[in-house]
Amino acid sequence: MIPEIGHFALILALFFSLCLAVVPLIGYWQKNPTLLYTARPLTFLMSFFVLVSFLVLAFAFMTDDFSVMYVSQNSNSHLPIWYKFSAIWGGHEGSLLLWVLILSGWSSAVALKIHTLPKDVGPVVLSVLGIVSLGFLSFMLFTSSPFVRLMPEIPTDGRDLNPLLQDIGLIIHPPMLYMGYVGFSVAFAFAIAALITGNLNSSWARWTRPWTSLSWAFLTLGITLGSWWAYYELGWGGWWFWDPVENASFMPWLAGTALVHSLAVTEKRGVFKSWTVLLAIFTFSLSLLGTFLVRSGVLTSVHAFAADPTRGIYILALLIVLIGGSLLLYGFRAGQVRGSATFGMTGREAWLLLNNILLTVLTLTVLLGTLYPLIFEVLGLGRISVGAPYFNTVFSPIALLLIVFMAVGPLSKWHKTKASVLLKACLFAALLSIVLAGAVSYVNSLGSLAWLTLSVAFWAVLLTFKDWFDKVSAGTKGIIPRARQLPRNYYGMMLAHLGMVVTLIGILLVSTSSYESTLKLSPGESVSFAGYEFHFDGISHVEGPNYIADSGEISVSKQGRFVTLLTPEKRFYSASRQVMTEAGLDAGFTRDLYVSLGEKLEGDAWSVRIYVKAFVRWIWLGGLMMMCGGLLSALDKRYSTKVRGNNA
Amino acid sequence: MRKWVLFLPLIVFIGLGIVLYKQLGANPEYMPSALIGKPVPDFTLVTLQADKVLDQSSLPKSAYLLNFWATWCPTCEEEHAYLNQLANQGVPIVGIDYKDDQKKAQQWLSIKSNPYQLVLMDELGKFGVDMGVTGAPETFIVNTKGIIVYRYQGAMDDVVWQKIKGYLQ
Repeated sequence: MIPEIGHFALILALFFSLCLAVVPLIGYWQKNPTLLYTARPLTFLMSFFVLVSFLVLAFAFMTDDFSVMYVSQNSNSHLPIWYKFSAIWGGHEGSLLLWVLILSGWSSAVALKIHTLPKDVGPVVLSVLGIVSLGFLSFMLFTSSPFVRLMPEIPTDGRDLNPLLQDIGLIIHPPMLYMGYVGFSVAFAFAIAALITGNLNSSWARWTRPWTSLSWAFLTLGITLGSWWAYYELGWGGWWFWDPVENASFMPWLAGTALVHSLAVTEKRGVFKSWTVLLAIFTFSLSLLGTFLVRSGVLTSVHAFAADPTRGIYILALLIVLIGGSLLLYGFRAGQVRGSATFGMTGREAWLLLNNILLTVLTLTVLLGTLYPLIFEVLGLGRISVGAPYFNTVFSPIALLLIVFMAVGPLSKWHKTKASVLLKACLFAALLSIVLAGAVSYVNSLGSLAWLTLSVAFWAVLLTFKDWFDKVSAGTKGIIPRARQLPRNYYGMMLAHLGMVVTLIGILLVSTSSYESTLKLSPGESVSFAGYEFHFDGISHVEGPNYIADSGEISVSKQGRFVTLLTPEKRFYSASRQVMTEAGLDAGFTRDLYVSLGEKLEGDAWSVRIYVKAFVRWIWLGGLMMMCGGLLSALDKRYSTKVRGNNA
Repeated sequence: MRKWVLFLPLIVFIGLGIVLYKQLGANPEYMPSALIGKPVPDFTLVTLQADKVLDQSSLPKSAYLLNFWATWCPTCEEEHAYLNQLANQGVPIVGIDYKDDQKKAQQWLSIKSNPYQLVLMDELGKFGVDMGVTGAPETFIVNTKGIIVYRYQGAMDDVVWQKIKGYLQ
């Protein structure tokens, strides 16, 4: 009975989303304030029923209701309770429900803040969000309801959650990723509402900015978590695979990064308006496209969910209606948007334009690499696959160039900068960073590529701090009071830019200064590797809640001093009959020691993979810094006060 | 700004939509890989008998087939008899036991007889990723110079073999 309540709640949510998609828009065209006013309560009603159905599904998981097909496919009575909860989004249907739940969350948040928007714009924004919800709710109800029952033959136990997903990283990774993905729907809705109402002044950018920064921060965290999870759970010591599923989340991130910057220009200078609107549409379209690619089975991937062509057709139709519709609207309406200010070629807007161009090129690079096999085949040229080499060779130089310019942008002033001042600072920083990087690479005997990359890193750090120092040392007040006066927005930017550099250093060093090897080890044996002594103490038998495991003990020492004890495991999950490798890890600021058990060899010997990964943590540390930067600028004071003007 | 420029994103998107539509449901078995014309990627793998850790140098010096298989894969069962037949004709086959259980794999080969010159275990599927394998069975043809010349996805049988055996030269 209870699962049917969930199903019914979904139908009600669909009904309210339909109302939300239609009624306020009619109200807008008929200039009827009563109809416009319905947007807010309709949003809350829709969100409430989505929440109800999510809670019902959660309840089914918690109570091991295996009569529900989705539960029986993704859970097991022996599964630990927190994994039972995360199993809700372990499969296709449930992750779709999570998608819609998060969309409702964002919609409700906009509804709560609706008083900051002009009276006729707010309801249109909510209505656009309603259209997106309508699309996804109907997709779920018609092709992939999570409440389908297995009657009358109820399984006695479930098939268990995919062991790969039984992990703390996977409890929080999808929600964070979706928070980001779906959050861009708000920027999208603002853009569409602006096109519909023609209300596209600089306060439009001001409303959109905090939402975009916030979604960007979540997406950054989501991607960082995903990379970290792949690193320790897949057992290969890799942290990024240019896999279609990863690209699907990376493309909206790149476009979102461009959007965050072009919104800044639009807000401050009133230029780039139609470009910013297009970028907002583009970013959310990439989120949708990502969902399509992952769900439809068009692309094969290491961690894609089960593919189903019927679902593919439906999502494709949804994509065409949503993206095609908004681009059509854009074609008709964007011509009416005019920039109100002049554009200075030496000002900060020029640097940000460059930033936008480079980021767009990067996005298209990834998009092309991901879709190239498809395009190639449709043109009848056969089938090919594009691998990491393409992405690494094309992506890296452009990304490096982007970081070079990233440091210069903040130094320049809006509209016009004195070239001589800028040149002096840059020349000095360039020289200093090349020398510093040269010294570091020489001492650690790194190659010329490392020299180049480290130069860029030092350059960005130097210029970022120089800008901060210029800002706090000007005037008479003293450094600390002035430093405190700088807006949160500024510190957000600084943190995000420095985070970018930290990630860059991590990527560089992990690829140049890491060691890996596969060895045969018997208990009692030792091996020297990359300056460490690995001693195989032995294997013990361990029993987990839903698996049995061989757990190895490997003690690591350096020059006779004990460093750590690593316990890699080889687990056998009995319900799903799958073998999983759990790596033994010792995380460190400058290096990770990473050991995973391979196969049992003759006697009691094992094949053991050992990795020493230099600075790998920096990749994720930088990601976290970027996320904090995004949060900080979303929380800037001027967004929390009411928008100027007479809209209240 | 000229008006039609604003419709450019829409036009590009429609093109993309057509590509995606055509691709839905298409799933041909023939899949050339980016590795064609390239040597077999580096690896270190353990033999199924679990007695040795091997790398490239252990691969046959003649042209041979590189076959990804597993005991969990029904299609592999289907093609096994034909692989035995090929082996009897003197075609060298190297087996990669893909994401599989060692004991089961040993048992399987002792019951069904072993067509492979050499069987290596790719328990985590890492070598499979390097080779661009998307499932099992998959068969690659490697020439005398150690260069991959052909990739076939699905069960090997006489019809397929007649078409592709020329690559083995």
